[in-house]
Parts: sequence; structure tokens; C-alpha cells
Amino acid sequence: MSVKRVSRCLVLLFLLISAPVYAVPEIQHWVSPQGGRIYFVPTEGLPLLDVRVVFDAGSARDAEKFGLAALTSGMLDTGAGDWDADAIAQRLESVGASLGTGVSRDTAWLSLRSLTHPEKLGVALETGREILARPRFEQKDFDREKNRTLLAIKQRGEQPDDLAEIAFFQALYGNHPYAHPQEGFTETVEPLTREDLVDFHKRYYVAKNAIVVIVGEVKRADAESIAEKLLSGLEQGAVSPALSAPEPIHSVETVKRPFPSEQTHVRAGLIGMTATDPDYFPLYVGNHILGGSGLVSRISEEVREKRGLSYNAYSYFMPLREAGPFQVGLQTRNDQAEEALRVALKTVKDFAANGPTDKELEAAKKNIIGGFVLRLDSNQKLTEQVAIVAFYNRPLDYLARFTEKVEAVTREDIKRAFRSRVDPDKLRTVLVGGGAK
Amino acid sequence: MLFRGLRLALLVSPLSLHAAEPAVHEFRLDNGLKLLVQEDHRAPAVVSQVWYKVGASYEHGGITGISHMLEHMMFKGTEKHPPGEFSRIIAANGGRENAFTGQDYTAYFQTLEKTRLPVSFELEADRMRYLLLADKEFKKEQQVVLEERRLRTDDQPRAKMEEHFQSLAYTNSPYKNPVIGWPDDVGGLTVDDLKYWYGLWYAPNNATVVIVGDVNPQEVYTLAKKHFGPLKPSKLPEIKPRGEVEQLGPRRMTVHLPAKLPYLVMGYKTPALRTIGQEDWEAYALEVAAGILDGGNSARLSSRLVRGQQVAASAGAGYDLYSRLSNLFTLEGTPVQGKTLQALEKALREEIRRLQDESVSAAELERVKAQVLAHHVYQRDSMFYQAMQLGATETVGLGWKTIQEYVDKVNAVTAEQIQQVARKYLIDDRLSVAYLEPLPLPEGAKAPEETAPMGGDHVR
Repeated sequence: MSVKRVSRCLVLLFLLISAPVYAVPEIQHWVSPQGGRIYFVPTEGLPLLDVRVVFDAGSARDAEKFGLAALTSGMLDTGAGDWDADAIAQRLESVGASLGTGVSRDTAWLSLRSLTHPEKLGVALETGREILARPRFEQKDFDREKNRTLLAIKQRGEQPDDLAEIAFFQALYGNHPYAHPQEGFTETVEPLTREDLVDFHKRYYVAKNAIVVIVGEVKRADAESIAEKLLSGLEQGAVSPALSAPEPIHSVETVKRPFPSEQTHVRAGLIGMTATDPDYFPLYVGNHILGGSGLVSRISEEVREKRGLSYNAYSYFMPLREAGPFQVGLQTRNDQAEEALRVALKTVKDFAANGPTDKELEAAKKNIIGGFVLRLDSNQKLTEQVAIVAFYNRPLDYLARFTEKVEAVTREDIKRAFRSRVDPDKLRTVLVGGGAK
Repeated sequence: MLFRGLRLALLVSPLSLHAAEPAVHEFRLDNGLKLLVQEDHRAPAVVSQVWYKVGASYEHGGITGISHMLEHMMFKGTEKHPPGEFSRIIAANGGRENAFTGQDYTAYFQTLEKTRLPVSFELEADRMRYLLLADKEFKKEQQVVLEERRLRTDDQPRAKMEEHFQSLAYTNSPYKNPVIGWPDDVGGLTVDDLKYWYGLWYAPNNATVVIVGDVNPQEVYTLAKKHFGPLKPSKLPEIKPRGEVEQLGPRRMTVHLPAKLPYLVMGYKTPALRTIGQEDWEAYALEVAAGILDGGNSARLSSRLVRGQQVAASAGAGYDLYSRLSNLFTLEGTPVQGKTLQALEKALREEIRRLQDESVSAAELERVKAQVLAHHVYQRDSMFYQAMQLGATETVGLGWKTIQEYVDKVNAVTAEQIQQVARKYLIDDRLSVAYLEPLPLPEGAKAPEETAPMGGDHVR
């Protein structure tokens, strides 16, 4: 019997004894009369309700009008139906409801949190329905919000880390819809018109393109009527078409951009994986060891703990509908940028070539499995996790089977997955700062 | 507030407990350690926090940043556990951990599956008294902290400007110094300085342990006695009052920094709940006044300055009810393109004038109170946040019961009281103003890309 096997058995035993099986909340799923996909998790203990409506309407749908999805989302609560921005805010705030909107590369979302008190909840839902279905996009509001966006884009220019992130995505994605930042660029936001927003809303904010996540202290029948009410103003419409896959990269490239900062911000990476990648678990667990587990990860150990080169050094995969990036990042005093980058990349190369040790894999599994309950220990976290499951069409038992999938990952799985995905000959590197000379 | 690792979003707005809400169980060990336990049985998880009564406002000139530096070193080994092992053990137990330092406290936390609480107690008790503080580890960590300072402050125009603003606004209050410390002070710290600081403050009679989660209070108490009970108490230093002297007139400053946008910060000297004495309604009235200005999208700054007059691209107001020493009622904002900092300042001061001269409408006041009530329920969704509230109020000397009074105290605030505090505290003689006037930066995202292969092995 090998040493490895002994320790594996001990791990399992340990978990069985000291970590009672946590019953992951069951996700209920149905399709609303309008065609929206609904995901519901009832909870107990607090009289509150979280609703998250997610559309396939992120910045990847901007076409050439970079910033369109973000501005559309940002304007939803500045006027809808019979109400202007003040009326909307007063309605929500007088019942204590919180509303948020935002976009990612893949999604546009609206989140609403309310007390379950029927009258208060009713006001919150009615307001949410109007915001989703009948936003006004009035010219004066549009002009103001566009100007604020332009200023925010300008301010981005004083943040070397933001500039590094933008340059990194451009270096990786070229002409793909994931290449540009969500808020766009000055020259793409300036020409936007309110008609662009009206058209975008009409095309993408439709029931068939929506998922609704409901988490809170309500009954199934209530959840059904909540979902129906929220979507009742939307056209049925159609789901967004598939995105193209990003062009594969076959070369190493480094982008350097001088910036008058004391630190140089570094990104290195390549095109990684999709949210439904068959190698999701080996890559996820592997990266947890490499750079995804904070101060105990290899990259942090080498760059920060051993050498004091950076406050924050990490790596991660960002799984998206199409392949999202794998990226390594750090920031350090200008004169040691090259050294820190060399240390980080050597760590990545070693890991991609040899994978983790048995001990590392065991520690990672203990961390992920032992801490799984912490991902779901509030309604808010539950809402976010279910939204990801729903949007990427993961199986309904995804959360329930998560720890089992992690447990099944072997060293060989990780080694194989990293060797095929993290190819040092396809790395794109970006340096922004005084060290980027 | 500074975190050792990644930054966490921290919402410092208060909470209170009504009849149906979970009770807080308070215990004190013989060595002086205080233990607060609140049950939350929604998920089999537990938050464990250890709060020390020491932070930047306990420091003196020349050693600023020492509390934060020590916080970093608390992960660098004891006689029993070598450097880094603390984090590895917590990770192996499925836990998440970090620490943070503020003006008024230093705190350490773990979030764990509920059966792992003993792991947290064993490790926290060990480093409360037996930290090694080795010179080799210190030298490396000092570089990490200097990198942290570059990241958070030196390369952030607004953060740097606010650092200068605080040192303008306060004459002698320790709040004039940044939590992370001035660069020369951080660079000048030695391992002996840290040993001295650790010896002064890290003791059970200077600590509060806060537990929120799926636990039984009596069992937690027994566990705490087992792990923390054997630790010896210290004779703690006398805390000097260090009250801010009276300000004798308005103060202004202009900061020139490479930046893209101008920025404005204003602050009026105000008492905190702890320093206000008998008239504690004044502090709650200031809290509500901040809510009238900045309590959501319907509040006055968004409604009037961002949307109505369109003088601000963004604007905010804030007041910290729970600081240990007297603090500032702040206003800040970014003017829209085409408007000046002067115009924005004028608009903000007009809002202060309205608070002084006009009575807040009943509907507006009700809206602020409705939000307070709702958010009070929402906050209970986060065990971590609830533990933060208990730990912070206890550590600044108000006592955790303060948070139970919050909703009632806010509900009792009248329109007249808001006017009274605005007239008493939001006046020119208490005001400091700072302008950030940008120096040109090279164009960022629009700059022509200098793209060239780097060459050499290390990028391959």
C-alpha cells in the first residue's frame, strides 16, 4: 500500500467524522408563462427575499458599440413607466427595498432585495417590473448618464491596474466580443444615442432571454407569482444567438505601457476555459493550488511570502460562456517588476509541467470541501451561486454534487488539463507602470 | 481599515436587535478576556473574530503604521507553529481567514464549518501570547507592507489626497495619521519596535472574542476557557485622552497630483457617540442627517446635485457614529465636465445650509427610517457583518448593547433635531476643505500601444 493511499483514506475518514453532511438547498426550476427560466430556493429564518434577473445581454452583445450594454443597464432605473428617477428611488426606499443593476461580459442583471411583508414586497416588485419592461431612456437622462460614463472612463485612466486589465483582454481577445471593457472607450461611447439603447433593450431584455433567481422566505406558489409578475411586461422575444469562439493564440507577446506610478501592474495569461468545460474541476482545483487560494497558494508563497515582492499575487480562471481568460497578476515596485514576473511565470511553468504534489492536492481538497458550506451560508451568496448555475445551464444538482466532483479530481487529471491548457508558448503578458520601459 | 489580504467590502452601518432577534451571550474569563456569542442556525457555519484594543489611533509619531505591521506579523509564526502554518491549518480545515487594522482596533477572523471552531481558538490563543517576531520574516513582510502602501495610497490620487486631508483637518488627534503609516515610519520600524508593541497590547484582558454562527453559547464558553483561559493577563498601558483641540477657523488645501479628474473632500468636526456625553441624540441626528444627504438614490445629493443641478458626477456624505474619538462629518464629490470644484463646493454648502434653515419633510425622514429598519433585517443575512458590529462597538468602548439601541434611537430623531445639529456642528469654524487639482497624466487607454516581444526566456 502506498503512502499516498494511506493519506487519502485518512482524509476521507476525517471528513466523515468531523464534517456532517451539509444538505445543500435544492433548486426548484420551471419556465414562466412568458418563457423565462425560473430558479427558486426557499429559505427560512429571515423575512427577506432576494430576486436576481439575468439576461444574456452583457458587453459581449455590444457589437461595435462598446459600452452599449453597460449604459443600457445603468439607465434602467433613471425612468420607467410613469416614474422618473426620483419617483423610482422614493418608491423603493420608502419600503426599504434595495435595487442594483450591472453588466458583465456575458450578462446584464437586476437584483432586488425586499422584506417579505406583502405590501412592501408588492411595491418593490411592481417597480422592478416597470424598470425591466418599460425603461424610458429619456434624452435628458441619457445625456447625463452618458456624460457620467465618459467621466468614469476618463478616471479609469488614472488607475494603472485598470489599464493593465484592459490591455490584457485586448492582447488575448483581439476582435472577439470579450476584448473590450464593459464600459467601452471614450470614442465608442460618445457616438451612442438613446435609440441605440432602446433597440438594445428591445432585442435583449426579453423573457426568453431571461433567467430569474428567487431566494427567500416565500412559498413555491408565491415564487411563481413573483416571477410571473416581474416578467409580465416583457416581450417573449428570443434567446441571444451563440457567440463565436475566440481565435486561438499561437504566440508569445508582451505589451508594455509606461505609466507614472510607483508600482508596475503585471498580467500574464492566455485563453482559458468555458463555464461548461469538461476539464472545469481539474482546472479549478489545480488553480486553487497554483494561485487561487490566497496566501497559501504557490504563486503567493513564491512572490510574497518567500521574497516580499508583492502584496497581492494570484492566478485564476474566469469561466465564461465562451472561453474566458486564465490570468496571473501581481503588482510591485517598478525596479523589481521583471524579477517578480519571472518568479510568477516560473511557478506557472513548473506547475503546468509537473502538476501538484499529493500533499498539495489533499490540502486543496480539504479546503474546498471543508469550506463548501461557506459559499452558501447567506441568502445573498445562495442567490449569486444559483444565478451562475442557471445562466450557464449547469445541472440543477451542480451545487449538491460539487464536493463529490472536487473529491474525484486526481493529480493526473490536473497535470493533463494544465499541460493541454496552460501552454507557456501562448502567454500574453502586459506591464503597466514605471517599470514598463 | 486595512486588510492583510484581499480587500473585503465592509458596510459600516448599524444594526439593532428587537425582541424576536437572537440574543447576545456575554462571558468574561478570569484573565479578563471578553467573549460574545450570537447564535445563527441557518447554516452549519461559524464566524470567529478576535478584536484587540489597539490600532493606528493608539500610535505616536515616528512609529505610525506599527499596529498594521504587527497585524501582518501575526501570521509569521509562534514557538508552536512556524511561519505560514496558521494559514495552512485554517485552509486545511476548509476555513477562510484574514485580519484588518483600523484607527481603533486590530482584528483577526476565520470563517469555518461549525465543528472546526476549536482549531480557530487553539491558534488564536497561541498567537495572542507566543508570537515569535523573527527578524528575517519581519524584513520580508516590511517590503510587502511597503508594496501595500504603494498599491493603496501612493498610486491612488484620491487616497493620497485624503491622507493629506486628514492631516490638515486634525491638529493633534491621532486620526491625523494614516492607518498604514507614513512611508518613512513604516520603513523605519524594527523588529524590536514590534516586540515592544506586541508586549504592550496583546493580552487576554485587551481582547474580545466574537462568535456568530451555528453554535451553543455555553459550549463556546467552555471551549474558550480551555484555550484562552490559561493565558496570563498584562498590566495594560494607561490610555491617554488625546482629544482634538478646538478648531479656530476654516482650513483649506489644494493637492496637485497626476490624475484625470478633480475631486473635492470637505469635513466638519463632529463628536462621535462615545465622545458626545449626555446629549447622545445629537450623534443619531448627525447619522440621520448623513442619511438625508446620502441614504440612497432618492437622497438629496443624488437627486439634486447629480440629477437636478447636474453639478456632480458623483457625490457622497458620511458620518461615523462608532469611532473611539471625535471624527468628521464628510462630504465629497467629483464635478461633472464643465463644472468647477468651486461650483461643486458651493452646491454642497448649499445643501448644508438647507439642513440648517429648513425642516426636513416628514416623508423624507420616514424614508430614511424605513431604510434603516429594512437594512437592519438584511444585515442579519451576514454572520460576518453581525460579528463586526459586536466587535467594533465593544472595542471602541461603547459596548455591544449600543447596537441594540440603534433602531429606536434613529426612530426618535426629529426634523428639529437635525436642524439643531446642523446649526451647531456643520459650521465654517469646524470645516476643512481639500481640492484635488489634477496634473496631466499620459493618455491611458487611448495611448498608442507600444507592443513588442520582450525577448528572453522568462516570458516564454
